[in-house]
Amino acid sequence: MTIARLFLAALLALPIAPALAQDGPLRIDITEGVIEPLPIAVPTFVAENAEAQQLAQQLAQVVVDDLVGTGLFRQIPQEAFISNITSFDSPVQYADWKAINAQGLVTGSVNVGSGGRVNVKFRLFDVFAETTLGDGLQLGGSTDAWRRIAHKVADQVYSRITGEDGYFDSRVVFVSEDGPKNARQKRLAVMDQDGANVAYLTSSDSIVLAPRFSPTGNQVLYTSYETGFPKIYVLDVGTVQRRVLADQPGTMTFAPRFAPNGRTVVFSLSQGGNTDLYSLDIGGGSPRRLTDAPSIETAPSFSPDGNQIVFESDRSGAPQLYIMPAAGGEPRRISNGAGRYGTPVWSPRGDLIAFTKQNQGRFHIGVMRTDGSEEVLLTASFLDEGPTWSPNGRVIMFTRETSGAGGAPALYSVDITGRNLKKIPTPSLASDPAWSPLLP
Amino acid sequence: MIRSLRLPLLLVAVLVAGACTDPDRLRGGAGANDPNALGLNGGGGDPASPAYFQSTVGDRVLFAVDQSTLGDEAKQVLAGQAQWLNNNTSYSAIVEGHADEQGTREYNLALGARRANAVQEYLISQGVAGTRLRTVTYGKERPLEICSEEACYAKNRRAVTLLNNATGS
Repeated sequence: MTIARLFLAALLALPIAPALAQDGPLRIDITEGVIEPLPIAVPTFVAENAEAQQLAQQLAQVVVDDLVGTGLFRQIPQEAFISNITSFDSPVQYADWKAINAQGLVTGSVNVGSGGRVNVKFRLFDVFAETTLGDGLQLGGSTDAWRRIAHKVADQVYSRITGEDGYFDSRVVFVSEDGPKNARQKRLAVMDQDGANVAYLTSSDSIVLAPRFSPTGNQVLYTSYETGFPKIYVLDVGTVQRRVLADQPGTMTFAPRFAPNGRTVVFSLSQGGNTDLYSLDIGGGSPRRLTDAPSIETAPSFSPDGNQIVFESDRSGAPQLYIMPAAGGEPRRISNGAGRYGTPVWSPRGDLIAFTKQNQGRFHIGVMRTDGSEEVLLTASFLDEGPTWSPNGRVIMFTRETSGAGGAPALYSVDITGRNLKKIPTPSLASDPAWSPLLP
Repeated sequence: MIRSLRLPLLLVAVLVAGACTDPDRLRGGAGANDPNALGLNGGGGDPASPAYFQSTVGDRVLFAVDQSTLGDEAKQVLAGQAQWLNNNTSYSAIVEGHADEQGTREYNLALGARRANAVQEYLISQGVAGTRLRTVTYGKERPLEICSEEACYAKNRRAVTLLNNATGS
């Protein structure tokens, strides 16, 4: 499984009109929580040759799906269009797009060259300001990477309109599940963040749990029962080669997480019934103990600067969230509400911690500030757990499991304002998602 | 100590071949002092057989929510397990710790490890050599019962002692 290399090159140095700030620029302030989605038009891209015909339609569709899928945009249907885009370089008839209230207009062209190379150009227009928003761009890659090109285009549009980084050209590693509830078969899988291009990384021969990407997305840490006992492994996404990381006899290891440096791994080690946090270097060496308490310490997550670790501990009697220095040291408790708190995950921006909360028989995904203040619960169900952040820190994906004998897990996402809850399509049951960084 | 050691011997005398499939025999190790809850499956009649260990001695104990402490009934079952292991020294055992689904995945792994360890410690206290015992946690990955009610959760919060015949029968 290889991820096709993608080339980016600026095509046209179209200057951004300085007058844009006047008269309501094309802008979404995500932090306010968008209630009325911004209407955009994305006409089918212009096919520059016959080979590009099908891709032109597909590319535009993926761009639309990405943008509309955020809940921040609304697509204006093609049937409503007054004029059409038949040539990428012809002037845009702003009046025709204003008339249908298209605030944003994305135009594109596609060319498929020899050897299956695809080149895509696009422009984003602020229709009511009658100008382009940002430079036109050209993106190239192999045809089997066409979805990535579409995601790159959508990331550009999202970024230019919201002022935030995008997250569409990213992947999710997760646990794919089959079989009945009492004999579930699990294997690691990876897919695009929208559910496309699923590939499997392990067989179903042994239970696998809770994968995490390395900071570059090239490696995955996870827990496997390959030896009959839970042990932490590292797997190379490209070659699917794997090796056990900590294999001391008489111990069980789980909950491995990369530090932002991509070399240090923090994990839980269970010995004599007691579970504490340890760290090791991915290159080798013996584990170093970070916590030393008779309570359970697990589910660690690094701050983006690598200086601190938030984790889950039941030292107070029930699971709560604590932060300690990355090298170990006195933890301070940050969760204080009613109920049990687990699986804390530090946001890529560093300002928030996502968590699972269990209270009065319900499970929630929530976020709080790093001092524990401003707790907000984003979801509620029979069983929600295991949040993971989109690379831009705006969306959280998690596992939702239904109850009863037919209970089954699936992946869901929600934005951090609590809006736009949706199910992520997967080929079979799915759990334990972990988001990659934005791909290069 | 004496009381709990005597009990399995008593049970051997009480046992009859009447098959009983009441799943409640598993609850809290209640089967250890309730003849009505005893079960014999297949070859369980031979006191040295793993089937006897599983169904008559009782291969599992149950736990309260979030707990890993052993109640009196659980201790009686484990005393029986220790007695059996001390009489059948060609066997080693793996103690599996499990949790119900009402918890997060990794916390439940740690909780299962605690439960398995509590059983291992008790067996050692009853004279079983620690070298014959290993523990593994499955957290909430292998529920026995699949309903989402306390009746099922109670049976899933368990530690199960699985026998291995070291001499390879």
